Amino acid sequence: MTTRIPILRMGRTLLVTIQVDLQDQTALALQDDLANRIQDTGATGVLIDISALEIVDSFIGRMLAGISSIAKVLGATSVVVGMQPAVAITLVELGLSLHGVRTALNVERGMALLREADAALDGDADADAGDEGIDGSFGAALREAGR
Amino acid sequence: MTPTGAASGAMPVRSEPDIVLARQLVRRLTQELKFSLVDQTKMITAASELSRNTLVYGGGGDMEWAVVHAGVRTGLRLAFVDQGPGIPDMELAMKDGWTSGSGMGMGLSGSKRLVNDFEIESAPGRGTRVTITRWK
Repeated sequence: MTTRIPILRMGRTLLVTIQVDLQDQTALALQDDLANRIQDTGATGVLIDISALEIVDSFIGRMLAGISSIAKVLGATSVVVGMQPAVAITLVELGLSLHGVRTALNVERGMALLREADAALDGDADADAGDEGIDGSFGAALREAGR
Repeated sequence: MTPTGAASGAMPVRSEPDIVLARQLVRRLTQELKFSLVDQTKMITAASELSRNTLVYGGGGDMEWAVVHAGVRTGLRLAFVDQGPGIPDMELAMKDGWTSGSGMGMGLSGSKRLVNDFEIESAPGRGTRVTITRWK
């Protein structure tokens, strides 16, 4: 019965775009699914696009913080991107600081952040070559999603 | 669902999908009242927090809404009503970071900061009624 949010894999990065009005169970399921996918794929990065989210309340905030902690424990870097200004203003007033959650203004900056983290993890030139691929296919995925 | 133009109404908050429906209703109402996007977002977020409280702590109840006027000002008033166990220690419940459940403890205190008027009536065994108003 629970709606599940699709998780896409692009190279070593998992991509999540939240496009639905999140029910609590859906948010919890996403946390579980992401943990499993990180383990299955050995992903080193998780990018969560919340640009379509009209609100982030304490429950969703807790989910985002949870994903960030879980990813960290599993050796992956996560970043939340695309928060709308009105959502950011409300979140701060609500009193949520999203401790430990990395954020970036948009997908591009988020991907750059993950690339840096990945390169630091590898510490070799391989990371650069691999990441070109991630970028390219992710661009295609975005165009796809934009349709 | 809600007839456009009606000045008040109510909807049940008895399941998780109802929290989403409550948010959608408040969005529609604040849009009809031409609230700014930030004000819409604040009111919807407060409604999300409080309707979840109604469900989780109050065992379910209702969200009542009314378009209210004071002089030239127009606002939206929401009341979250349950017949649950009530809140034994109000001072504690209103504290940032305190929770009796599994939440972050920002629901009540946080919601209060998102609205202009905030009232809470509760007694052990007699349920809880939280009323919030945001003026345009």
